[in-house]
Amino acid sequence: MNDKIERRRNRNAGALAPQEQAGFWSPFQQLSRLRNEIDRFFGSPLEGFLSPTSSSMYEGWAPSVDLYEDKDNFVVRAELPGMKKEDIEVTASGDTLTISGEKKREQEVKEGRDTYRAERYFGRFQRSMILPTAMDTGKIQAQYKDGLLTVTIPKAEEAKRKQIEVKVS
Amino acid sequence: MNGSAQTQNQQRPMPMEPQRGQRGYVAPPANIAASENEYVLEIEMPGVEKQGLEVTVEGNELTIIGRRKQDLPEGELLYSETPLSMDYRRTFELGLDVDTSKIRAEMDQGVLKLHLPRRENAKRRKIEVSG
Repeated sequence: MNDKIERRRNRNAGALAPQEQAGFWSPFQQLSRLRNEIDRFFGSPLEGFLSPTSSSMYEGWAPSVDLYEDKDNFVVRAELPGMKKEDIEVTASGDTLTISGEKKREQEVKEGRDTYRAERYFGRFQRSMILPTAMDTGKIQAQYKDGLLTVTIPKAEEAKRKQIEVKVS
Repeated sequence: MNGSAQTQNQQRPMPMEPQRGQRGYVAPPANIAASENEYVLEIEMPGVEKQGLEVTVEGNELTIIGRRKQDLPEGELLYSETPLSMDYRRTFELGLDVDTSKIRAEMDQGVLKLHLPRRENAKRRKIEVSG
């Protein structure tokens, strides 16, 4: 399963390349996000642009996702804080589910507004996942709440039947 | 941890280390912009609703804690990239020109937006030079 996701992401690594957080979530990634416990509110203007934790100017981004499975469904949950529902697109074809869209800045930097920190990612993104079994693409549902996109993907009937037929001798 | 007399005597504080049964913290990404009248701080905390927020000011330290709503989807977790077992916390040292009594907060789709007004007397004033 995870191999499949990995392979898919590597295949995408060219033009679309939203692979900033490749692989599993790891404690090491976490460490860099923790940084110093207290941040200076006013370091110097533009400090955020230069810090290693903020490279949004130079890299694409992709939302972090979790994948759940129960008897009838897969559920993909993606972190997409601060978006508009209309700017999120979910598509399914074959065994591939794709989440894409554009995270827009709420307001352009106004004149007289200084930026002290810029750690949030903005811009277009795309993330594809290959699911382990066929899906019922007609019945996929997506909900966006509290900055989380939850996509519920019913398994195709034949995939479900296949599961039930397995017998242990 | 085994409860021997020696380890009990040591009791060192470990601020970021989650205690048994408690959740750890992750520092969420923030944007800060300033205008003449206020600072605007935006912090991304997906999975946190208004009820899960705790914003406190102590002296000139602003602390923001966002606790994740625990409504995980049904089923088995097959693959995960998000810090599911963590809550969000970040502390900022405020400048003296922030009027901490008038901080305003909004929460929308997992993004907390704080408006921190600058004190009247801290705003830039043009001094006429006479003579």
